[in-house]
Amino acid sequence: MTDAVLSIAAATKERGSLRTLNAVSLDLRAGERVALLGHNGAGKTTLMKLILGLTPLTDGRITVDGAAPGSAHARAATAYLPEAVAFHKSLTGREQLALFARLAGVSTAQVGPLLERVGLADAADRRIGTWSKGMRQRLGLAQVLLGRPRVALLDEPTSGLDPISRHELYAIIDELAAEGAAVLIASHALTEVEARTDRIAILSHGDLVANDTLANLSRRAGLPTRLRIRAMPGAADRVAGQTGGARVNGASVEILCAPENKMEELRRLSHLGDLVADIEMTPPGLEDLYRHYAEGGRT
Amino acid sequence: MRRALAIARAEFLIVRRNRWVFMATLIMVLFALALTFAGSAPTGALGVDMLTVSVASMTTLSVYLAPLLALMMAFDSIAGEAERGGLALILSYPVSRGEMLMGKFIAHLAALAFAMTMGFGAAGAVAAFAGGAAPESLMALLRLILTSVLLGAVFLALGYMISALSGSSTGAAGMSAGLWLIFVVLYDLGLLGALVLDNGGAFTQTAFPWVMAANPADAFRLWNIAASDAVALTSGMTGAATALPGWAAPLSLCLWPFLALMLARLAFRRVEA
Repeated sequence: MTDAVLSIAAATKERGSLRTLNAVSLDLRAGERVALLGHNGAGKTTLMKLILGLTPLTDGRITVDGAAPGSAHARAATAYLPEAVAFHKSLTGREQLALFARLAGVSTAQVGPLLERVGLADAADRRIGTWSKGMRQRLGLAQVLLGRPRVALLDEPTSGLDPISRHELYAIIDELAAEGAAVLIASHALTEVEARTDRIAILSHGDLVANDTLANLSRRAGLPTRLRIRAMPGAADRVAGQTGGARVNGASVEILCAPENKMEELRRLSHLGDLVADIEMTPPGLEDLYRHYAEGGRT
Repeated sequence: MRRALAIARAEFLIVRRNRWVFMATLIMVLFALALTFAGSAPTGALGVDMLTVSVASMTTLSVYLAPLLALMMAFDSIAGEAERGGLALILSYPVSRGEMLMGKFIAHLAALAFAMTMGFGAAGAVAAFAGGAAPESLMALLRLILTSVLLGAVFLALGYMISALSGSSTGAAGMSAGLWLIFVVLYDLGLLGALVLDNGGAFTQTAFPWVMAANPADAFRLWNIAASDAVALTSGMTGAATALPGWAAPLSLCLWPFLALMLARLAFRRVEA
């Protein structure tokens, strides 16, 4: 990928004898939304701080819009939403955002419309100390939108947001990407990023263990689809016996099958006729995939 | 510079909102007025006007109060910001650490200067009304305000340095108290001990005044005393002041803010956001 706005090549970070990031390579193109998943301490925040130039690389190379991390050009091109956003309690939302606008070198005329965009127009002139966590998070998002960033780094952007605000947040992220920003979203909220990102990267103990689209990742992982068959009263043993599945509770039997064998399995089950009351089918979710990649199976 | 001013603007709003400016001004006015009234007794005996006596008392006050107020304003500014997670966000913008430091310094110094001017100015006005003021004692008052601001600048910068070195807000508070004690109290006690041990020897004759002038708090005292005979008379501290060339103490006090800011900048560089 030569047109990468954000390019990370074999980025390694050591703190003392501890290697927090191990030769991580990841490229983001303009307009791309990439989810960065990983346990606490997997290296997500470290990677973001390296991209921001807040902490130096031990080895490897990172370029942000062609410039070195921390250089004036890279900083002007990057927007960042820290995990725990802290603002000055005694400033109002408008004053705080105006400070960021001045630091970014963009017009403070943007401040009013941006506050409106994130739903803070009414609270704009109250002190941030009186705001809820969700409102502070929205203000954090508003400063990300200042001055059309080329790269946006969002660290746990949905923490503290209610479901409706989360939905709005992802709408804003889509907008950012549509305007040409490469968006890297570190998150724990697996089910959300599932539908809202173009690509998924998984960090585990400092290693990048996965980096692909959701479809490719699940194909490669080959995780089984789960079929749960609810038997008619008293028929559970017979169903278990005929299908080779496992009894899970009084009346149900569970079968795991490879995605490509799913239809064949269903056809087999339909021969059981009256014995079956219901069938529920669960394809592997992001959570299963995440567990698969984060706990062993390297790509 | 534009970015430093943006920081300064926000920081000044903050010190005004959290009543720092108000409290510092109130403390300065109250102490200065109290000293002016309490210290008005010796005017007749010494044959100087009331403002001169007042300036002499306020010089002693300022040695303690200016560093204290400055350190209290500064100690949280880097450690606290790093603890709250705001430092990483600010530094993700194209603003350098030097600009950030400068912005805070400008705002805090403005707040301090306002408090000093109001406090000493109010006391000076009262003294001048009550006991008259010669042009020379007005000069002494102006000098007191200016040098107090300089002294405050030194300790603001030292406060930032401590804030950057300590890593936590509470640690910075403790270290500030220690620093204040060293510069304002222990340094002089140490010198006193050395004088007693030396018993009028070479150290007392040559090195002592210079070592004294190297401490910004003492340089502040020496400058105010040496520059005005009347102030020196009422403070009874002429010996050390006359042993030095006139430029020594002012030079020390004028260099210290730059030195301290440089130290703060170096310490700030090591802070990981």
